[in-house]
Amino acid sequence: MTRLRCVVLFVTVLLAAVLLRAQAPDGPIRIGFIVPLSGAFAQNGRDILNGFLLLLDEAGYRAGGRQIQLIVEDDEAIPAVTLTKARKLVEADRVHLMAGTLLASSGYALAPYVEAQQIPMVYPVVSSDDLTQRRRSKWIIRTGWTSSQPNHAFGEYVYRTLGYRTVATIALDYAFGWESVGGFQRTFEAEGGRIVQKMWTPVSAHDFAPYLAQISRDVDAVYSLFLGRTALQFMRQYREYGLKDRVPLIGSGTSTDEHVLPFMGDEAIGVVTALQYSAALDTPENRRFTAAYRKRYNKLASYYAESMYTGGKWVLAAIEALGGRVEDRVKLLEALRSARPTGLPRGPVELDQYGNPIQNIYVRRVERVGGELQNTVIATLPRVSQFWKWNPAEYLRQPLYSRRFVPAS
Amino acid sequence: MTYLITQSLNGLFSAALLFLIASGLTLAFGVMKIVNIAHGSFYMLGVYVAYTVIQRTGSLLLGAVVALVVVAAVGFLVQRVFLRRFGADPLPQMMMTMGFALLFRDLTLMIWGGDPFTLPYPGLLRGSMEVGEVVFPSYRLFVIAVAALVGAALWVVNDRTLIGARLRAAVDDPEMASAMGINVARLSGLVFAVGAGLAAFGGVMGGPILGGYAGIDFDLLPLAFVVVIVGGMGSLKGAVVGSIVVGMVDNFGKALVPELSYFTLFAPMILVLALKPTGLYGRA
Repeated sequence: MTRLRCVVLFVTVLLAAVLLRAQAPDGPIRIGFIVPLSGAFAQNGRDILNGFLLLLDEAGYRAGGRQIQLIVEDDEAIPAVTLTKARKLVEADRVHLMAGTLLASSGYALAPYVEAQQIPMVYPVVSSDDLTQRRRSKWIIRTGWTSSQPNHAFGEYVYRTLGYRTVATIALDYAFGWESVGGFQRTFEAEGGRIVQKMWTPVSAHDFAPYLAQISRDVDAVYSLFLGRTALQFMRQYREYGLKDRVPLIGSGTSTDEHVLPFMGDEAIGVVTALQYSAALDTPENRRFTAAYRKRYNKLASYYAESMYTGGKWVLAAIEALGGRVEDRVKLLEALRSARPTGLPRGPVELDQYGNPIQNIYVRRVERVGGELQNTVIATLPRVSQFWKWNPAEYLRQPLYSRRFVPAS
Repeated sequence: MTYLITQSLNGLFSAALLFLIASGLTLAFGVMKIVNIAHGSFYMLGVYVAYTVIQRTGSLLLGAVVALVVVAAVGFLVQRVFLRRFGADPLPQMMMTMGFALLFRDLTLMIWGGDPFTLPYPGLLRGSMEVGEVVFPSYRLFVIAVAALVGAALWVVNDRTLIGARLRAAVDDPEMASAMGINVARLSGLVFAVGAGLAAFGGVMGGPILGGYAGIDFDLLPLAFVVVIVGGMGSLKGAVVGSIVVGMVDNFGKALVPELSYFTLFAPMILVLALKPTGLYGRA
């Protein structure tokens, strides 16, 4: 009797195991997600994660009829750790696709691995031009932007609409700065403008006084590129040295992005920048997104948060299109590339054939509305490609914007 | 000329901030012979504590006082409860301060989040001074004056008071000082606390310009180490001279050859170490 019972039990367990195994393809879709959640870039990573969590919550953690399981890893903003965490996600957790990373260095470090593993990955934030240009990877879908993309559009706008003719630039001394300033300089000078001074500040700089003392006072505007705490410090010190009342400040979108804007004071008012997003963008989709984000996190949505919210929409749309059958990676990649999610906070977006968005660029001016600083949209430059108005093949024959791109004249 | 004056004042401001950080570092080294890796964390804690106080009360002065007291207390506890267990063994002490630095970094992130912020300027010092062609922020001049006052006060205490005499005795020969009835252990705790408080105070002074952010703890620490090494470990006079040298060199280096900003900063240190390994005013 006891023996019989044992046998029955054993068979039941075996049967259950077999059944569960057969069900496995219908188990949850596993998404691996990597951002820095500790160290100096923790808050940027947190914003990116928050954008994704908000979206997944709205979708009830379901798409294509299947449950979604998010596996979050912290890469500490160290490229080697990014790679280790990606290995863990792909090889141990067997995720179906990945999303994330913040820094260009992590993005570049990961690309060969993603390529070798043939695992689809969404880059919502990393903006280094070449990831979708000269060193593009088949398996990486970028739903964010290239550094030079808004700046191509902005350079022309600054010449034609703001009417500035001479500009001095000051930017962080690394690829993000070089590519942004390069893009701005190229279209601004093509119009007939002149960059008369180019300054690069070390990424580690915290006191900009030695540089501010040398900025030319005889230019129509100063173009600045900073982010995070450097944006906060630069903005303060720009006024400290009496420049704010003398020379208008323009720059990259990150310099006044909502991840730092709430911590700035009146010194930021009037600064004009360009980016593919503004939390003050006045569309029903964006008003809904920013309200939901504020309700949940008690914060203004930054471009980091919006980037992953939109990147996540790409992931969900692709899963829906496949009816949840994400096991075939090639099909998943195709679905990601051909997805056209709508109702995005930043407005209409489509991917070009190099895997980078064609999207609106917004020119924004910082204003104080209802006691809060915001990036008021003053112009919408529609459907801007990473190649601006040039032919992609021709564009790609030119070298990447670098520190040595056309010196100031 | 205008350029030279502005850049020199900038250099003096850097020196002032560095002095507030480095004086505590060098004093702690003098008495305990330890290199305190957590010293940058005290600077950071100072900014964050002041931030909380200022958000509630709006007073930078109150923020500075509370930050100084709270962080000095933290420093005192760190020394009395943990560091002194290792006696005069510098290596485990140093490793422990490293541990504390990481602990404080994660705690700060947990309590305050990772968003950067700046402290408000004190009302009267918001603007800039204009003398002829030279435009210079009033607040920076104020910080230079404050650091000079702190330096003078430290010198008076060290040179003219009984506690200063005990301190000098303990620095020169701890064992003999103990034998003479000086409580070196308690003195160590006191010096460590004062050093931590000074760093916190430096954090608040720098707050309106540099602000607070994740990673600030290790942004300024290398500069403070250069000051202490150039000036001579354990010497107050060395901290003054070292701060001015490093502040000036760093500032002019960045202004004239921005690409070599690390070279211009560390080159004088290497030079001093090669010619006078104990630093300008250090004793072997």
